[in-house]
Formats: sequence, structure tokens, C-alpha cells
Amino acid sequence: MSDPLIVILFATAVTAGTPLLYAALGEIFTERSGVLNLGVEGMMLVGAVVGYIATLQSQNHWIGVFAAMAAGGLMALIHAVLSITLRANQVVSGLALTIFGTGLSSYMGKSFVGQPVPDQFKPIDIPVLSQLPYIGKIFFSHDALVYLSFVIVAAAWVFIFYTRWGLNLRAVGENPAAADSMGIPVYLTRYSSVIIGGVLAGVGGAYLSLAYAPSWIEHMTAGRGWIAVALVIFAVWHPGKALVGSYIFGGVDSLGFRIQALGEKASFLKDISPFFLQMFPYILTMIVLILITAETKKRRVGTPASLGIPYDREER
Amino acid sequence: MAGLLAVKGRALTIEKRGDISKAAMILNPILSVALALLVGGTFLVLTGHDPLEIYSTMLKGAFGSAYGLSETVVKAIPLLLSGLAVSVAFRMQLWNIGAEGQLYFGAIAATWVALFHADGSRIIVLSMMVGAAFVAGGLWAMIAAIPRAFFKVNETITTLMLNYVAILYSNYLIYGPWKDPEGYNFPLTAIFPESAVLPVLGTSRIHFGLFFGLAAALILYVALWHTKWGYEIRVIGESPVAARYAGMNIVKNILIVMFISGGLAGIAGMAEVSGISQRLQPGLSPGYGYTAIIVAWLARLNPFTMLGVSFIFGGLLVGGYTMQTSGLPAALVSMLQGAILFFVLGGEIFTKYRLVLTGGDRKEV
Repeated sequence: MSDPLIVILFATAVTAGTPLLYAALGEIFTERSGVLNLGVEGMMLVGAVVGYIATLQSQNHWIGVFAAMAAGGLMALIHAVLSITLRANQVVSGLALTIFGTGLSSYMGKSFVGQPVPDQFKPIDIPVLSQLPYIGKIFFSHDALVYLSFVIVAAAWVFIFYTRWGLNLRAVGENPAAADSMGIPVYLTRYSSVIIGGVLAGVGGAYLSLAYAPSWIEHMTAGRGWIAVALVIFAVWHPGKALVGSYIFGGVDSLGFRIQALGEKASFLKDISPFFLQMFPYILTMIVLILITAETKKRRVGTPASLGIPYDREER
Repeated sequence: MAGLLAVKGRALTIEKRGDISKAAMILNPILSVALALLVGGTFLVLTGHDPLEIYSTMLKGAFGSAYGLSETVVKAIPLLLSGLAVSVAFRMQLWNIGAEGQLYFGAIAATWVALFHADGSRIIVLSMMVGAAFVAGGLWAMIAAIPRAFFKVNETITTLMLNYVAILYSNYLIYGPWKDPEGYNFPLTAIFPESAVLPVLGTSRIHFGLFFGLAAALILYVALWHTKWGYEIRVIGESPVAARYAGMNIVKNILIVMFISGGLAGIAGMAEVSGISQRLQPGLSPGYGYTAIIVAWLARLNPFTMLGVSFIFGGLLVGGYTMQTSGLPAALVSMLQGAILFFVLGGEIFTKYRLVLTGGDRKEV
């Protein structure tokens, strides 16, 4: 029995969207605390290569994921020190992180290029749920990291909107001076949020090298870190909407390959150059970003009020 | 504020200075490069290499011979032009990180002139190429600038996305319609006619693009510091609210600045195809547009300081190639670049603040 094409398409959208989802969830935490981290691309790349190398050494993909988390967190710590304690320009600091991470990942991965992953993530059908028509194949026939991302989306949703910590996090992002006078530790909140952002970006990277590809290829994120930053705006800083957005972009990403495959049969598709198909996710990101920004500007919602502004107690 | 470190009633804190420290401003980039080399060196030791040997190889490769020096200048040209490009935008708090894509579009436009409209004298063809590259780079930047000016759409993301699109488009042309029919199916355009090739200095590869860079630095300096328009740009950059109250047209200036920014990066692309490769081919730029961001920031957006900084970073690139021939990945260079920028950013606080030891008798550290 083979599944209808549309079901396969949706299922691949989930797989392709998962690295974006992890990175976007991380960036939501970071930005909710008022810090902008444009280093997602760099953190993902380092997560990808470290997760890959750790899996090669340990023969265990979970050790790879933990190593990627640690690496992503350490990368984010650099950004935290620069932007929170040393009050550096957050845009430039994030760019520096991406440039550094790109170099670091290529340097580390150089001698491993082309080696297969000994213990890659494999799909596990969830009993009962995977038997559901359509839904089962689309959502419940994936690997463990996909299921973990569902859990994290739910946890982040509850944490941000229904716990005291989440309230504090949002307060720090909106008005750090007021939060500070309420006794909320502004610096600690920001540090931990930025590091959580790095940890999740690291997992997103590891998903690429351990489940999606699965291997290490130089610059393998191919702009996904930036698309994740755009997704956060698309999701108006909401974990649930980030999930939807990630799958849409994941779908577009994998659609490119599908159209190429279909081109064999449909002659009108054959005339589209593969280069144009590859442009599609980037162009879509821009179009969506423009539409969403124009729309949210009208409704005046979204952006944490203190995003990108360092907090200085003396300037209260 | 809370102390950074607190021991026995004494605390190390950061205190705002009344003025901006000149000494810290000059020391910061120098110390940053030194510290980045130290970090890179530690990394090299950890991966089983001898940092002193590698750094001296890099230094000799970049500055140790006439050939090395000329190659360093060759790499400094696109860095200078694209560094100037991003600095104009940065001055207005426009985070144009699309210099890479704008460079590619400049190169594409210049190639279009060289391949299909190169009838005329050398000076006419070259001028047309520069003009086309400026307009193409500027228009490519407009795709991000217009939404930024009218809807405040985040230009960091849009300019970056446009980089990927530009490189893919350039590849499409090279592998598709512009492929040299006599090129044995290699992904290259036909070689440019003589009239479309920039003259070089003596027997070196240093081409006339150097003068584009120098002229651009001079023009930008005059425009930014000695015209009313430049004054407006600087006010908008420092305080958009004040600028709006003073009746300055922010939307118009965003568009103008981004056009100039993209245009300058476009000229960098023109100089590369016309002066170096003499055809459009894949991998035209090894990330000049990204390195330009570091160059611009290190030069504190100052056009003249940028001459020196782009020379040093040109050397870093050439040193990287030399190192690569001895088997080390050239990615070390982008690690070093990123690390330099970290330290510069981290050190900036000491131009505006100073470390103070409180709680004891001693005051300054």
C-alpha cells in the first residue's frame, strides 16, 4: 500500500521543518527576553558538526545531540557576554557569531567530510497514533527528535504564557527597568534565555547532520538559521505559530526537490532551471516577512518592546 | 550597578566615563587582533598544530614578498569597496549585510556589458560596465530598501536572503544562457574582450579597481562630513527621533543610502570580473561581502581608516591561502575574523566606560 503523494509531501514538510522549528523556538526564548541573536546560522552549523563528530566518536546519536546542545549553548554564551554584560551592538555581535561559527564548523569538520553517520536517527512509528489515516503518516512516523520537538513546543507554550517564570521573561523583554524594580533578575533571565536559544539551535543543527542529511557537509545549514530568525517574526514570538511556520517553510524546501523529480514526467516543469527552484525558500522568506511586517504594524502586536536594547541599570 | 567581581567588600564595577577615551579607541582594534590570534593559536595547539609556524607562514605569504604584497592589495580592493558600501548603510543604522549579493549583481551587470555591448573604445566600455554595476548593485539593494523604508521590514534578513538568490542567479547564467559555447562545457562565460578588461599595474595583478576604491573613500568622506546631506545622514543614524523633528526625510534617505551602498558593492563585483577573472565564473567572491562587515566595524565606519583595515584583512586572506597549501583548512581565517570582531565589540565598552574598584582606598584600575 502506498501513500498518496500529498501525504508524503506533508510528511517531508515536517522532517524538513524540524531543524527550523528547533532554531526558531530557541530564538523565541532569546528575543522574548529582549536580546536579538542573529548568530543562529553559526550556532546551528557548530551544533551540526559537533553533534556529528560526537556521534562518530561515541557511536551513539543521543550523545551527539547532547554535545550539540552544549556547543550551541557555549556559542550563545559568547553573544550573551557581549550583548548583555558588555552592552555591545547586538546586530553586529550576532553577525560575528555567524562568521565565527561558519569558520569553526568548517575547520572542525574538514577531516570528516563524507563519512557516514554510524548511528543516525531512524523513524519510529508510534503505536496506534501512526495508524491514524493521513495524520499518522504525517506526524507520527518520524524519528525521536521530531517527537521531542512536539514536546518542546507544548512546554514552551505553557512556560511562556502560563508560568510565573514566563511572565518574568516577558516582563524583562518588554520593560527591563520595571522588571528590575519588581525584583526580577534581569541579567540572569537574559543570560539563561540566550543560552536556551543556543542549545535549541544546536539541536536544530544536529538534526540536519544526524537525521535529515545525515552526514556533515560544509555550510549545510544553507541559510536555515536566517530563515528561523524570519520565522520568529512570522510567528509573532509564539511557539505554536512557529510550528506551523516551520512546516510551511519545510514544505517549500522539500518541494524544490520533488518538482525536480516530477520534471521527468511533466515537460513544463523540466524547463524550470534547478537554480530557480533553489531560490524559492529564500524568496518566500522575504515575501512572507514583508507581508507579516506590514500586517503586524497595523495591529501593533508582536515585537518585545526592548528587543535589541542593552539594559543598563544606571540609565534607568 | 552590580559588581562584575566582588572580593572582601571590594567590587570591580563598570563606570561611565565623561568623555570617549581616545587611547581605548586606538588600542581596541590592535588588542583585538592580538587576542584573536591568541584564541586561534590556542585552537591550533589543541588540534595539534604549531601556531607560531602557521602564523609566520601566513605573515610571510601575505607581506613577506613583493608578490605577496601585491596579492594582498588585490584582495584589499573588493574589501575596501564593499567595506565602504556597508559602512554608509551602517552609519544610518541600516544593517545591509547583502554586500555579497550586491557584489554579484554588479558583476553580472558588468559581464552583460562586456559580453553583449562591448563595442566602443576601452574607456567607454569600462565606464559603461562601472555604471551598469553601480545601478545593478543599487537596484538589487532596493528590493530590501523599499520594504524597509515604507514598512520597517527587517533589512538584515531580506538583504541576506538576497545574497543566496543573487549567487544562484549568477550560477544560472553561468551554467545556462551565458555559458561559453566554446568552453568545452565548463561553467564559465566567454572571456571578456580587451576593451572590457581593467588595466593592471606593471606585471602584478593589481588593477585599476584600486583607484575606484580610493576615489570612493574620498568621495564618501567629503559627502558625509562636508555636505548638508552627509550631516542629515549622520543625524538620522544617531537619533532618528531628533531627525524626524528636524523635518529630515528619513524614507528618502534610506532609499538613497541603500542605493549607494548596493552600488558600491556592485562596483566591487565589476572590478573583480573585469580586473581579475575577466569572465563570470562560480565562486567569484570568497565572502568579501561578509568580511566587509568586519572591515567596516573595525574601521569605525571611517572611510580613511578603512584603507588600512582592508589592507590588513586582504593580508589575512592571502595568508589563509598560503596556509592552505600547507594542508590547513582556510576556514581558520573566518574563525579569526569572527574572533577579532568579538574582541572589538567587547572592547568598545572601554571607550565609554572604565573599570573601577570600589569599596577600598584605591580608585582606578
